[in-house]
Amino acid sequence: MPTNLVVTDIKQVTIRFSGDSGDGMQLSGTLFSTLSAIFGNEIATFPDFPAEIRAPQGSLHGVSGFQVRIGAKDVYNSGDKTDVLVAMNPAALKVNAQHLKKGSIVLYDTDSFQKKDLDKAQFTTPDPFAELNLDHIQPIGVAITSMTKSSLEGSGLENKEMLRSKNMFALGIVCWLFNRPLEIADKLLEQKFSRKPKLVDANIKALTDGYNYGNNIHLTASTYRIDPIESGKGFYTDVNGNTATAYGLIAAAEKAGVQLFLGSYPITPATDILQELVKRKDFGVKALQMEDEIAGITSSLGASFAGCLAATSTSGPGLALKSEALGLAVMTELPLVVIDVQRSGPSTGMPTKSEQTDLNQALYGRNGESPLVVIAAASPTDCFETAFESSRLALEHMTPVILLTDGYIANGSSAWKIPDMRDYPDIKPPYVQNHFNGDAGEWKPFLRDEKTLVRYWGIPGTPNYMHRIGGLEKDQFTGVISSNPENHQQMVNIRKQKIQNIAGFIPEQELTGDKDADTLIVGWGGTYGHLLEATLRILADGKKIAFTHFRYISPLPKNSYNLLKNFKRVIVAEQNNGQFADYLSSEFPDLKNIRKFNRVEGQPFKVSELIEEFTKTMEGK
Amino acid sequence: MEATEIKYQKHLAKDYKSENAVRWCPGCGDYAILTCLHKALAELNLEPHDTAVISGIGCSSRLPYYMNTYGFHSIHGRATAIATGVKVANPALSVWVATGDGDSLAIGGNHFIHAIRRNVDINIILFNNKIYGLTKGQYSPTSSRGFVSKSSPYGTIEDPFRPAELCFGARGTFFARAIDVDMKNQVEVMVEAARHKGTSVIEVLQNCVIFNDGIHNKISDRSWKADNTVTLKQGEKMLYGKENDKGIVLDGWNLKGVTIGEDGYTLDDVLVHDATTRDNTLHLKLALMESTDGLPVALGVIRNVDEPSYERDYEKQIEEAQKNAPRKSFTEFLLKSSNVWEVK
Repeated sequence: MPTNLVVTDIKQVTIRFSGDSGDGMQLSGTLFSTLSAIFGNEIATFPDFPAEIRAPQGSLHGVSGFQVRIGAKDVYNSGDKTDVLVAMNPAALKVNAQHLKKGSIVLYDTDSFQKKDLDKAQFTTPDPFAELNLDHIQPIGVAITSMTKSSLEGSGLENKEMLRSKNMFALGIVCWLFNRPLEIADKLLEQKFSRKPKLVDANIKALTDGYNYGNNIHLTASTYRIDPIESGKGFYTDVNGNTATAYGLIAAAEKAGVQLFLGSYPITPATDILQELVKRKDFGVKALQMEDEIAGITSSLGASFAGCLAATSTSGPGLALKSEALGLAVMTELPLVVIDVQRSGPSTGMPTKSEQTDLNQALYGRNGESPLVVIAAASPTDCFETAFESSRLALEHMTPVILLTDGYIANGSSAWKIPDMRDYPDIKPPYVQNHFNGDAGEWKPFLRDEKTLVRYWGIPGTPNYMHRIGGLEKDQFTGVISSNPENHQQMVNIRKQKIQNIAGFIPEQELTGDKDADTLIVGWGGTYGHLLEATLRILADGKKIAFTHFRYISPLPKNSYNLLKNFKRVIVAEQNNGQFADYLSSEFPDLKNIRKFNRVEGQPFKVSELIEEFTKTMEGK
Repeated sequence: MEATEIKYQKHLAKDYKSENAVRWCPGCGDYAILTCLHKALAELNLEPHDTAVISGIGCSSRLPYYMNTYGFHSIHGRATAIATGVKVANPALSVWVATGDGDSLAIGGNHFIHAIRRNVDINIILFNNKIYGLTKGQYSPTSSRGFVSKSSPYGTIEDPFRPAELCFGARGTFFARAIDVDMKNQVEVMVEAARHKGTSVIEVLQNCVIFNDGIHNKISDRSWKADNTVTLKQGEKMLYGKENDKGIVLDGWNLKGVTIGEDGYTLDDVLVHDATTRDNTLHLKLALMESTDGLPVALGVIRNVDEPSYERDYEKQIEEAQKNAPRKSFTEFLLKSSNVWEVK
């Protein structure tokens, strides 16, 4: 047994747990990322799973993966390629072979690399590594299945139940490889299976045995240490984007002192928002699973009419169904937060894969001149901030707000410093009884604040302010239905101006990098981490480049034009065919410096590709 | 001596009337429905500001504009879903839906049945004129097979929905029927509907004077009404006819209209109405009676059953959750959740 084990310090590492949908890879990945975060590392995760719940065992389309990148610092995304792949079967190896770095470790289960397993993954030779030309990696074969079984012998578990713990055995090996303390993992397992003590014991046993196995035989010549970050003092937790979105709504309702209401319908990848909020009856949250997407938004709009902070959560196909009701929210000028967790389209597309292809739908997908606020979240934790902001703007400016997140940040998680809500602004809805100075009898439902053009909110149950609103055009003064041509033109203008005015209530656009550079990278939404890392690496290479990332899309921050016009080239990078680039060009027609970088693959950007492409463009190639 | 109920009426019918000029066609049945709703609200002593009237699209759905309450004229078919949101958000409000046969049974069919299934405490007034009026005369989901209209020049080749069947199919707890011209019965069923805790469906047989004039004549016209309708009252015998000499009896598994004193039928044979039985079999039979089968059309409250209402159960769950976990601030909640660590 070798004893001269070397511990190597590294800055970052990307690990992918991969296997069948039923192999528990999401759990191994989540545990590893959480314990790394608790250990003090920065983390970014990317669950990449198939749409099928349980595809045929060992098949290529049944491969489920969980990628986690951990580091001492500067972890902005879940990483392009993997340093370590855990492959529970040959299909997992095949699907992930292209993402392996040179010299990377492939930990595989020799028990499930038999002839029949190779056949299922459509290998034609007995050596899958050679067949995939993987001569640049270090394969480490471990009999994970049989060792898990012997580890749990006498545990009283059925054979099938024992096998379920093989993900923990594999995780144990990875924990050894990266010097992760097992106590944290044990504690997490105790929480996870608190109602099934037998499973807690079995999983901890398999995990420990996996760890000891790695340690005893020194599976590799070196293990790795990634130092804890020196992040700001305070309390932390880890959170994924969907949970953070739900939290942002709860926090905003608390700040505004209003009831939170969610009307929703299950849809991948947005369902977790509904599932989180139905749990929060302890906060008095009213979250309803409705009969369809339309009922999701219309019940919300009803709740908004009745005085709630009302939201609905969905993905692209659901947003399409909600269009008409969104128009009604625009027309009636009621506060409403619509969360679109974007996924690949059109139609059903690739439900579990992420894209930024709903921007046009969010901006324009309604009949009539129908302006509203569009905000995009940049990262899992930014979902909290943007959900809070969406709520603030909706409630204070009496408008529907579409919050765009995406499958990547919705399912991905990172460490999150628990916010102190005293640092957040109070939210003050324009209640008619507080704002309208005069005889209640003189008040009309579409009288407005002169500066902001926001109408006052008269909530059912409030004496003296009974009124009727609806989808028909109203006279701007009396609030009575009107088809007068001049009035309609003015109302169209007022509704537009009201949204434009919100630019005065949001922060200015900021710039990262070298403001004297020729090239500016522009992004929005969930690509932030990849674009930031690409920018920083180009800067570190001694080249001049700047980067700006938009969270507020409609309206744009006030300084947007001045910021964009100062650069020779503006490269708008997005996961669609150029929707934000086209939007910027239409908002600022005299800008002639806009170029596009687009990928629509349903996968996150690759930093290496971004660097290559940006550099080429910068060098005029 | 019987105790006399002393009633103090805070509001008059006119208090629920908005200043907007009513713009339905002259002679439209909607006028009567509107007036009845004003009267019913006054009788219920409801504060106008605690009342919300929600509607979809169509002639019927203009109704909220004529109410001095909170009102929301929304989009086609969605009123019941919006009303669900309003009621759950604030259970203290009295929530009404004004809708038509196209609005609630065609484009809004899904919301209609699911609101009923949930039994959320809203009162749905379904104006059934068996035609699309606002789009000028197309057949609706309640038009009879063979009905000739602008969109069915050769006659429809589809069978209609009967609203009661949908309501009972969705496990409805309250169903009533009224005729637009019969204002007394209409006000009564509206009051009953409001008192019922759960979804109430009131089907009002309403005349479209322009596109489907006289569609309900056989039952609404004075000369036939007495013989062709029966007004059901809780605990009373199902009697009808000009001389009140006809009654509904059970004949095997079926209902039958008979004349008392003929064919050996006596008053004892006539059924007594009970709207409160959980089993809806007889309610459905009563609701589907038609003159073509020799039976009068049933009016009044046909079914009125007490079951848990959605918004009340929602409040209960919240109360229980808060009892078990005392309310904390959002930051406290996060700090006490799992996976929290401190960086010192």
